[in-house]
Amino acid sequence: MRTATVVVGAGHAGLAVSHFLSQRSIDHVVVERGEVANTWRTQRWDALRLLTPNWLSGLPGFAYDGDDPDGFMTMSEVIELIGRYASAVDAPVRTRTTVTDVRNVEDGYRVTTDQGTWEAPTVMLASGGFNLPHVPDIAADVPASVEVISPLDYRRPDQLPMGGVLVVGASATGIQLADEIHRSGRPVTLSVGEHVRLPRVYRGRDVMWWMTMAGVLNERYDEIDDLVRGRNIPSPQLVGTPDRATLDLNALTAQGVALVGRIGAIRDGVALFSGSLRNVCALADLKLGRLLDRFDEWAPAGGVDGEFDPPHRLEPTRVDDEPRLSLDLLSGEISTIVWATGFRPDYSWLQVPVLDRKGYLRHEGGVVTGAPGMYAIGLNLLRRRKSSFIHGAEDDARELTDHLAAYLDASPR
Amino acid sequence: MTTSEAPTDNGVNVQALLDARTALVDSPEGAQFTWRASNEWVKGTHSQSAINNFFGLGGEQSHRSSWSFDADHPEIFASEDNGVTPVEFVLVGLASCLTAGVAAVAQNRGIQLNSVKATIEGDMDILGILGGDPEVRNGFNGIRVHYDIDADATPEEIEALVAQSQKRSAVFDVVTNPTSVTVEVN
Repeated sequence: MRTATVVVGAGHAGLAVSHFLSQRSIDHVVVERGEVANTWRTQRWDALRLLTPNWLSGLPGFAYDGDDPDGFMTMSEVIELIGRYASAVDAPVRTRTTVTDVRNVEDGYRVTTDQGTWEAPTVMLASGGFNLPHVPDIAADVPASVEVISPLDYRRPDQLPMGGVLVVGASATGIQLADEIHRSGRPVTLSVGEHVRLPRVYRGRDVMWWMTMAGVLNERYDEIDDLVRGRNIPSPQLVGTPDRATLDLNALTAQGVALVGRIGAIRDGVALFSGSLRNVCALADLKLGRLLDRFDEWAPAGGVDGEFDPPHRLEPTRVDDEPRLSLDLLSGEISTIVWATGFRPDYSWLQVPVLDRKGYLRHEGGVVTGAPGMYAIGLNLLRRRKSSFIHGAEDDARELTDHLAAYLDASPR
Repeated sequence: MTTSEAPTDNGVNVQALLDARTALVDSPEGAQFTWRASNEWVKGTHSQSAINNFFGLGGEQSHRSSWSFDADHPEIFASEDNGVTPVEFVLVGLASCLTAGVAAVAQNRGIQLNSVKATIEGDMDILGILGGDPEVRNGFNGIRVHYDIDADATPEEIEALVAQSQKRSAVFDVVTNPTSVTVEVN
């Protein structure tokens, strides 16, 4: 079969691209290995809600129209939203169609699936950046008596045996799982490396409102000093709950969660933690202070007096004088380890030489390097800090579709 | 931040470091370094170390000149005190690595340093190395570093310099994280 564009993946980003392609009457197909919003259906834990409030969680031509703008969507609401969006934009989605191979052909790309083959001059990779758990090599040294699980397989605390749980990683995922697992009666030790601390609400407004209004989320990839670092920043310590509570390390230690440093090795069944815990907390506190300064600098220009609560600063992260440096995994204290150490994309089906030595796509703002007509969307800081959020898809999809359309116009047919 | 017109000069060539990073990301084999020291027993607990060559950027490199270091133990250990103790070398390594980092980060952030002074202390229960108590570790129980920094910057900016320096410090990493050590003989 021949078409102008094959979009790989019918998540929010692939559908946003489909919307702009249809607007331009560019013939395309969206291939999806499962159902629309597949990852949200199959790889998320039960209690998860979006980190962005509803008013912000819109898609192109599809603003939030419910009655709870300050709430946070549950997974079933996200699935419903994306499903409604697919219908509204009338996206040509082929569900249950798994891509097995993408390679160069003379005039573009051949996309092979288990339901047929397409050839197209352009391909949009919208398969996501979080397909596989990114687990450190030392995971191989965990004793067999300890259960291990990744967030992609985790659903709820009662899936885990009773007993202590070591959660490794203090991103949004790590702190949310630490919180709900500890509340379930399984005492949690949280291994903390570099992390991003945020209050849920600042001066009476959601932190995502501040990040949006002060221009943080709109910062572009080509304006950022250190893009390698920017693309590897862990997700912020945030949770979307109806009470808009802040879930930071202080909230976790107040509940009884024990903090330890970044896990460095497992030697003879003993997990060894870095002595850098105090510094990673100091770094996060300082970075948070600079961010709040930026909000405060923006606020007088952006609002009238009395519109916001007065500025304030958060209590510094409390760290024990002597955090534990080791934990005997053979002692029975720990029954389960949750590797909340991030995710990576799966490009095992991509036979075009566009990956770097670590398996990540080489691209310039979503325009894939060395593969004319190939694009990517929905990756961390692809074009803007908001690129990996649902509402970040709109600007990226519009701009990449513009680029793609210009490429098609310039190509011989 | 600086209010004068003079450009920040902490004597660190940040551009060279940034250029090196760009070049080495594209040719990562050049980033593989091996640092070396040789050590020879003199007498008692006294030994001498020499440092001259290292490997990096794809080839053998040397320091401008050879350096020699004496290590020993103090007289209260019934030694002759011909040099500092090995654990004090560790403190020297950590402090000098962090201070170099402070200078480099300050340069990169356009912060003029006027003076940087550090004191560093490591606490040790020597019952560990004497084998007197199996519960006591051999190494430091904790290390404290205190910086006094005078710079054309706010206290928060200075605090951030010190935090970032720890984040990028090789010796801080060596001291705070486990490292595999292989010792062979003959």
